[in-house]
Parts: sequence; structure tokens; C-alpha cells
Amino acid sequence: MPNEQEEVFLSGNEAVAWGAWAAGISFASAYPGTPSTEILETLGTFKDLEAQWAVNEKVAYEAAFGASLAGRRALTACKHVGLNVAMDPLMTTAYSGVNGGLVVVVADDPGMHSSQNEQDTRRVAPYAKVPLLEPSSPSEAYSFIQQAFDISEEFDVPVMLRLTTRISHTKESFRTSSNREPARRELRKDPRKYVMIPAHARPRHTDLEKRLSALRALSERTSLNRMELNDRKIGFITSGVSALYAKEVYPDASFLTLGMTFPFPVDLARAFAREVETLYVIEELEPFLEEKLRQESISVTGKKPSWVCGELSPAAVRDIVEGRDRPPSAGRARRPLLCPGCPHRPAFYSLKKSGVYVTGDIGCYTLGALEPLAALHTQTCMGASIPFFEGAGKMQDGQKVVAVIGDSTFIHTGVSGLISAAYNGAKGVVIIMDNSITAMTGGQQNPATGVTLQGKETKRLSLEKLCAAAGADQVDVIDPFDIDGFRRLLELRLGQDSLSVIITRSPCKMIDRSRGPAAAIDPEKCRKCRQCLLLDCPAIIEGDDGGISVNSSLCVGCGLCRKVCKFGAISPAGGE
Amino acid sequence: MGTERKTVNVLFYGIGGQGVLTAAEVCALAAMLDGYHVKKSEVKGMAQRGGSVESYVRFGSRVYSPLPLPGESDVIVCLHEEEYARMKDQLKPQGVDLFPYLAEAAEAVGDKKLFLNTYMLGVLSSFLDIKESSWLEALARKFKKEREQNRMFFLKGRAKRTGHDI
Repeated sequence: MPNEQEEVFLSGNEAVAWGAWAAGISFASAYPGTPSTEILETLGTFKDLEAQWAVNEKVAYEAAFGASLAGRRALTACKHVGLNVAMDPLMTTAYSGVNGGLVVVVADDPGMHSSQNEQDTRRVAPYAKVPLLEPSSPSEAYSFIQQAFDISEEFDVPVMLRLTTRISHTKESFRTSSNREPARRELRKDPRKYVMIPAHARPRHTDLEKRLSALRALSERTSLNRMELNDRKIGFITSGVSALYAKEVYPDASFLTLGMTFPFPVDLARAFAREVETLYVIEELEPFLEEKLRQESISVTGKKPSWVCGELSPAAVRDIVEGRDRPPSAGRARRPLLCPGCPHRPAFYSLKKSGVYVTGDIGCYTLGALEPLAALHTQTCMGASIPFFEGAGKMQDGQKVVAVIGDSTFIHTGVSGLISAAYNGAKGVVIIMDNSITAMTGGQQNPATGVTLQGKETKRLSLEKLCAAAGADQVDVIDPFDIDGFRRLLELRLGQDSLSVIITRSPCKMIDRSRGPAAAIDPEKCRKCRQCLLLDCPAIIEGDDGGISVNSSLCVGCGLCRKVCKFGAISPAGGE
Repeated sequence: MGTERKTVNVLFYGIGGQGVLTAAEVCALAAMLDGYHVKKSEVKGMAQRGGSVESYVRFGSRVYSPLPLPGESDVIVCLHEEEYARMKDQLKPQGVDLFPYLAEAAEAVGDKKLFLNTYMLGVLSSFLDIKESSWLEALARKFKKEREQNRMFFLKGRAKRTGHDI
């Protein structure tokens, strides 16, 4: 735990956690999602508060709101697409307001380092009518989150703190402040405020508009918005990490750096505009600030439309100021791959052989869509695989459709899809690829693992019983490395007029670190049929001469390549 | 801190599992312990192992951006020969490329590949204006296990210095 004025070196996510702790929070809840995951992981290390993984972002938001009702400061964190899941309670709790301070931390992912879209969550703030704070760096994240709690309580509204990948995952050295005692208010019975039936909600909407106008006045005077007048030839209006990129390239220019971007400080922006000759808006993704400035008839130079896509950088800021378009991207260096020994690999290998159409979901197993496995045909959002399977399966002509979803994603929003599919009489096969952890985000616990974020043993969810209760006609559990057994089971279930769930269960290799002897390929027996290369295992390498070998330091000895080699050319190193 | 110290950019890169991010972290900690303001930015591939990994460490009196301008790195520390070409353009014309040390580092650590990163940190340390005591403290904070061996390989690398200051 930090002492007063201790020098620390923290990522933006860690800084949010430490700052929230310093602000006296008592409760935090989230579902993991890159780049936001480490916020809760770090809060989990503070033993004097309750930090927990929820099954999805809506549940996380609602649990945090419940803690706020009880008069405690509470936080929920998610990635941008996670907030979509929690939009329903967000929109209405803005009306009711809070009791203890409530802050929603949202981490956007410009550049889509690990996301399916790059939505700009700043647009949500005016839509939901909640104040929006945007730190530029970990040290600001640390202080802004503390102010966010104060604003939430003073103005009786949930506050959104927005990060981006480049802040969440950047580390900075800075000094911490002293922490506060946890705030406590009473749990309040106040139905006019917390029961949002139309008769109560109408006056709360009017009240929210009043609170917003007070927040607008705050935005005009808060130190979160900083004007720095230097060289008056060029002025920048910026927010978030873009502010630092601009400062890097134009250190002598004048800056209006906005830490509170909704409500927008119109008078402040107008005052700044009067001071400088040429005014640029520098912001990542959407022209959020630019549109506001134009709407207020403040004349600015924005960016060309090509910059709406992707991350900025110091070089990008220079290009924008000089009026250039975004240059074509250089592309990724190495493509991501399923790990050696990953239990998703044999399952996808079998699915590809069976030729079915596979509706997919969000998780490591999405990598099964890439060549040469290429055994997964859709990916949209958490929990979509089973409803996609239901609709496509009912309307297809002769092509078998199978859904694939991970254990954590099934619990997140998959189960509601299964209940709905069973209720509506869907037939076919749903495969839960159960690697017994939330793997894609780095191995978080979930209800099926029976362990909490803070490491306590807890009730363990039975996926088998859950699926049966949802209405699956059969639930089978099989080890995906038994490829013959899995193929037979899949064919059997596909041939039946029923709704089946097959749980392929084998632990993630990042959790189960056990290794068998590495595979070795006998060049005498190898016919270079390339069947083993179709597994897309990082440990199997094709040489420039077409010779195939195994990288023994990567191989974990799962034995899958031995099973698919028809010529018996692969054996464990050192013999059977 | 006293006098203004210009910002120094160090780029670490290689592949997952080599300790690229750990090396960057030690360098950043050493700079922090030496009184610099430090920022560190990293790109992790989605693959947990074997994917490209890179991390920029920037330190000075006051560092703004977590990312430097392209081609503005003062030192590049590449830990994997197959990755070298990918980012060597990030080096400044007058910068220091530690790639020539990689082969001898690999030889020095032998099959103890674990220590390749600390050996290269040792080489790096001899080019930067950061006190040896800060480096050793940073190493001690980062490595709880095999502390002595990390220290030893660091000092071996540090003794290899040729060339000029950054």
C-alpha cells in the first residue's frame, strides 16, 4: 500500500485502482476485457475493499450501483464494447442519480489492438447525460479518478472516466497523494429517486437537466481543463493522450487541454480561441470536440476524415497539422496464434474436418477463424454465437450450423441465448469450449472455476446442469484431444433432431503448465503431406527446403500432431 | 533533479517469452530511481508466446508522449535476430544499436536463455546516464528469484562497453 508522497511507477489501469483506493472506495465490480482488465485485478489486491468479477458488464454496473445505494463509493470498469452491455442501467441511473460516488471507467481501444470495433465512447456521455473525464496519462488517471468520485457525489450523477489503450497500458513514474477514509452514507429508501416508473422518471429527467447545467458551470472553472498560453501562433484544443502527442511535437505552442470534455466548457474554448491565431483540434477517433466547437461557431482546423480510423501518435499529430491524410498502415509483424497445446486447436481441427458452418464468439477461440484452421465463420460480440446459430440454423438450406462459445463467454451472455434457442425449439449442436478460465484476457477466474477475484473458494457453477436446465436435450462432456471420439460424438448429435450441448473440456495451457515430452519428426518417415501444418501450431515449423520440424522449446508435448500424422513420422522426443 | 535533462528514448523489442517487457521495466525503474520522469509504452501481440513484442522507455526531466517520434530512438535493444530488421529504422542517425552485442550475449548466457535480457541491459547501462546503484536496485526490485545470477550477467554485459555516450 502506498505511503503519502511515495514515488510509484504505475500503468494507467493500476493508477486508476490506486487512485480509487485513495478516494476511499469500498466496492468494485467488472467483467474482464482488454484493455481494462488490470483495473479490477489491481483493486483485487487491496484487501480492505470488495473487488469482484461479475458475469457481465451489466451485472457489474448494477452491483456497483447497489453499493452506491448503500452509501459507499463504488467503481465499475469495462472496455468500450463492455459499456454497450451496461448501457441499460447507465441510461436510467443518470436520472436517479447515486448515493455514494459511482464512477464508470471505460477503456477505449483506438487501433483495435484487441477489439472488434473502435467505437469512441465519448459519444456516450452526451447520450447518457453523464459527465466525462479524460486523463492523458497514468498520473492524471490517478488524480482524475479521485475528482470523479467527488463530482459524482456533489452533483448526484454517475461519472464516466474514459481511458484508451495507450493510457491503460502505459506506465509512468509519479508521486501519490495521501488516501482518504472510505466514505459512508446511509442506505436510503427514496422511491421517487430510485424507482424509475414514468411518474417518478419524468421529474428526474428535468432534475438531470438542472444537474447538467450545474456540471457545465463546473466544466468552465475546473482545474481539470487547463489553458497554457505560450506561442500564440498555434493553439491546440485536445484531450486524452492526444494532448501529450501534440505537446511532444509542438512543445512551444499554446494548449487548451480538456480533462472534462462533457459537459463541454464552451466559454473557456471561446476565450482560448481568441488568444491564438490558428486553432487546431487534435483528438483520436471521432471528431467529438471538433463538432462541438463548430456547433458553437468557433472556427477550428480539424483532421481529414481518414484520421477517424485508428490510433494517433506524435507523427500522426504532425501529419494532421500539416494537412496530410493517414498513411496506409504497415500491418502487423507476427499474426496471433493459438498457443502450443491449446485445447481449442483439436476442437477446430475436428470441426473443419466435419465441414460444418460455425458461428463463433469472443475469446481466444476466435483465432480459429484464421487460416489454415479457418474453422470459425462469425464473430461479432459477446454471446452472439448461439442466437446466430439459432437464426442461421433455422433458415439454412442443407448446411449444418454449429455454435462455438467459451466457458466464460457462455456465462457472460451465452446462457440467455441457449435458453432462448431451447424455448424456441432450435435443433443442432452448441459447443462450449471449456478451458476452465477466462483465457483471452490473461486467465481470470469465473463462476465455473469456483474461485473469486480475491482468491476465495466459492460456489462452483456446473455448466452441465445449467445447460440441461436451459433446455438442452443432451449434454456431453469430452476431451477435445480425443479427436476420434469427438468426431463420432459430433456426427451422432448432428444426426439427431434435438438440441445438444457438447462441452469440450481441457484446461488452458497458460494455467495448466504441465508438459509432455516434446514431439520430434523423423525426416525418413515424413512424406511432407503437411497435415500437421494444418494444425497451425507455433511449435511446428516448415523450413525453407520444405522440411518440417518441431521447435522443442515451444512444444508442450500435447501429442496432437502425432495423432494427425498418417505416416507415424512424429514421436515424443527420446522415443515412446 | 536540478538541471534540465533531455529526454532519452530506448526501444526494446523481440518476441514473447524473451523478457523484452521485463528488460524495459528494469530500465524504466532504474531511470525513476535515478530521479528522472519516466514513461513506458508497450505493444503485446495477442499471442501469449512467440508473438512480436516491443516497448519504448522514455526518460528525462519531463516526458510528454509515451511514444517517441518515428526514427527518434537513441538506443535500440533487439533481443531476437529475426525481429531485428522490423524496427531498426527507429534508430536515430547518431543513435546506438546494441544488435552487434546480441550474438556475444547469447554466447555468454549459453543455455541460460533466461538471462539474455539482463546481459543486454548490462550493455545498455554503460551507455546511459543512470548510476550503477540505480540499475542494481532496479534489478533487485524486479527479480525476486535468481537475483544473484541476474546481477552477475548484468555486470558482465556492463563490462562490454565500447562506443560513445547517448
